[in-house]
Amino acid sequence: MNTVDLLFYFFSTLALGGGILMVLSRHPVSAALFMIVSLVSVAALFVLLEAFFLAILQVLVYAGAVMVLFLFIIMLLDVGPEGGKVSRIKMISGLAGCLSFGILSVLLIQFVQIDVSHSANWPTLQTDKAVSGNFLLFSNSVKNFGFGLFTKYMLPLQVAGFLLLAAMIGVIVLSKKSLSVDKEN
Amino acid sequence: MESITPQHYLILAFLLFSVGFFGVVLRRNLLLVLMSLELMLNGINVALVSFSRASGNLDGSLFVFFIMTVAATEVAVGLALLVALYKKRKSVFSEDISLLKN
Repeated sequence: MNTVDLLFYFFSTLALGGGILMVLSRHPVSAALFMIVSLVSVAALFVLLEAFFLAILQVLVYAGAVMVLFLFIIMLLDVGPEGGKVSRIKMISGLAGCLSFGILSVLLIQFVQIDVSHSANWPTLQTDKAVSGNFLLFSNSVKNFGFGLFTKYMLPLQVAGFLLLAAMIGVIVLSKKSLSVDKEN
Repeated sequence: MESITPQHYLILAFLLFSVGFFGVVLRRNLLLVLMSLELMLNGINVALVSFSRASGNLDGSLFVFFIMTVAATEVAVGLALLVALYKKRKSVFSEDISLLKN
């Protein structure tokens, strides 16, 4: 077992553990902090997969912007922990769900049959060219990423820009103090 | 990169997705439901990047870029809706907003 394997197991455990604790924690602030742990570990997994640009985006966009927005809203609304006891039927159904999920994942692992013997699963990266024939080559450089984004995916990029604009206008309209519904009342 | 195969990453992606799915189904706090949706999208991102790396094709990584954009807008709009809802109902729990009228 070499260092890369150990790092994979470490960060995947951290990602999964953060996710599970996020789902289980009663207080929204601690849930958001566990979520940040999970997102940063996923960024580390992207580094292990040599997608460095996506790892930086993951930290900046998710762990930076999105989770700060979540924490801000949690503190703005002053949401406390979920009150009341968990109902009995919900507990039983949760247990049954976990059990069936465990059986399903054991079956999946048996079925997929991880082939450890064969090491030629990951192709070696080429850094000198961005395109081979008709498709874009995977590369760890941002240059190739931008090349793909501005040639093959030009239209989706523009649509994403418009989506951001529409979301911004929508959020401004939604969070204005006097909605038209309130005026009627 | 010797003994970690794409299957390892796929199993991790499946587990992340299902943890997020359980969060969406079981939690009552709508903020946590939104966070669990983010976790599901992250599972998909892990699967896409590992496929992209394993096949040597950049398209999967570019898709992850667009998924991140859509997730960020979704969170922004979802939280704005939640704040508007909170102003009206004074609650963020899903059982308090089960009625369509008022």
